[in-house]
Amino acid sequence: MIEIKDVTKRYGETVVLDGVSLTIAPGGVTSVIGANGAGKSTLLSVVSRLVPADGGTVTVDGMDVATTPGDRLARRLAVLRQDNHLSVRLTVRELVAFGRFPHSGGRLTAADRDLVEEAIDYFELGDLADRHLDQLSGGQRQRAHVAMVLCQDTDYVLLDEPLNNLDMRHSVQMMRRLRRMADDYGKTVVMVVHDVNFASCHSDTIVAMKDGSVVAQGTTAEMMTPEVLNAVYDLDIDVHEIGGHRIGVYFS
Amino acid sequence: MNRHPSPGRLRAWHLAAGAVLLAVLAAGSLFVGVGDLTPAGLLGGRPGDMRLLVESRLPRLLAVLLAGTATSVAGLVMMHITGNRFVSPSTTGTGESAAFGVLLATLFAGGEAVLVKMVMAVGCALLGTFFFVWILRRLTFRDMILVPLVGIMFGGVIGAATTFFAYRADLLQSLGAWTAGDFSGVLRGRYELLWIAGAVTALGYLYADRFTVAGMGRGFAVNLGVRYDRVVNTGLVLVAVITAVVVVTVGQIPFVSLVVPNLVTLALGDNLRHALPATALAGALLVLLCDVAGRLVRFPYEIPVSTVVGVVGSVLFLALLLRGGRRMGLR
Repeated sequence: MIEIKDVTKRYGETVVLDGVSLTIAPGGVTSVIGANGAGKSTLLSVVSRLVPADGGTVTVDGMDVATTPGDRLARRLAVLRQDNHLSVRLTVRELVAFGRFPHSGGRLTAADRDLVEEAIDYFELGDLADRHLDQLSGGQRQRAHVAMVLCQDTDYVLLDEPLNNLDMRHSVQMMRRLRRMADDYGKTVVMVVHDVNFASCHSDTIVAMKDGSVVAQGTTAEMMTPEVLNAVYDLDIDVHEIGGHRIGVYFS
Repeated sequence: MNRHPSPGRLRAWHLAAGAVLLAVLAAGSLFVGVGDLTPAGLLGGRPGDMRLLVESRLPRLLAVLLAGTATSVAGLVMMHITGNRFVSPSTTGTGESAAFGVLLATLFAGGEAVLVKMVMAVGCALLGTFFFVWILRRLTFRDMILVPLVGIMFGGVIGAATTFFAYRADLLQSLGAWTAGDFSGVLRGRYELLWIAGAVTALGYLYADRFTVAGMGRGFAVNLGVRYDRVVNTGLVLVAVITAVVVVTVGQIPFVSLVVPNLVTLALGDNLRHALPATALAGALLVLLCDVAGRLVRFPYEIPVSTVVGVVGSVLFLALLLRGGRRMGLR
């Protein structure tokens, strides 16, 4: 369980997170939605200890992220940031293998290698495994990074806009895979998503943020209503039931 | 159980072939020089031959190998911990700072105390390198080219200060010895400090994975539970010690720390576990070739290795920029 209590973060005078309290139950997919600048990415960064909070606490299964040794936390929680452009030239397999670093400290055991191959196969990267990352398309690279996070084999996986730079087909595939990661491996997947309809179709729970605060949290059915979405985005959004999913229509 | 050998990846036989080539060249280099030394004479037990070998030729060879290895590995580490392919000890003022330290030691403790020189050189190299990184962290605009330019300017300022004080103290000639690398003065008893650089390089291999992770950036390192700042600081200390020791014993060797790591990582990728041994080998090979060339071009006179490396290195560097620019992050 991830427990966020009264977390505050300021950049200079700007308050980015204003006393956020939130509990994310283990299991399933949770999407964090909200307008630009609502504090979604910052919240994810604070939870994954990439950015220190100015106030409040975050605990992951009772471990305070601010004080727990980094390597211990790295075996429990993995994070993939939005900007995953690496200046380092590695092959896909080398990158994925670094997911084992918190467990093996660089000395891969046979079991580690099996997990690396499993993650590569899971994301259908077998043909690309020996290619360098800079030889891949944006979508392939994104898949390689998510494979690394899977290989890290943590209970919690945090992703900041995993659909960034992906076209429609690759976005759908990515969401399906993340969904299956939660279902097949029992992981708790928390991600920042821009498109409410992807959130609606693939997540169990949705958290809505606005101006540095959580304004609503609930099941997908509870959240995908015109009232909630209008309040979150300040935009008239119709919600229609299409093929068993609630779809927000806001284009015109 | 390596079921998937990867193309472009270092295999054991590549390293072995390189090592054999290096060994052959190294053995050959023992018989290049003004003093008459031949394999036949050595085996025949000619008086003096063994002494020449042990007192001069062998120390010189070892110095070349150690300096080449350590310098290029220092460049590789620097490149990763700063996340910039053009940042190396020669573009961050590290070598200049070390030379400044040697000057201070000479001014205040005389020219003979080698240990004092080394301590001062290491100290100043550390200060200079950490100061550069401090500047780096304050730069809001961290361009691939701007960062090394700032480093080169910083090195220029330190170099100018060193020259000024050396001029005032009538030490310009000695200054030449620290700034222009040259193996001609290496004799038994005058190169052994380089073993420290060799040992530090070997220690660097233990940190290879952490340096690779640090090269992926702070966020990546934190996610993988690696203490980013500690790894970066360890790397900076390693780089400063190696650079200072080389400056104190043979003088600065330009370009090696910049060209060798770039060539090797262009071919093998940035996983230090593979790139570091190859860089060490390639660095030793390049410096050995340049030293032997410098001994042969104007035989029986010598051209300092720094001059030869300067010429060869700049050509290699230009070729690298023209052919590998895109992969090095330049568009």
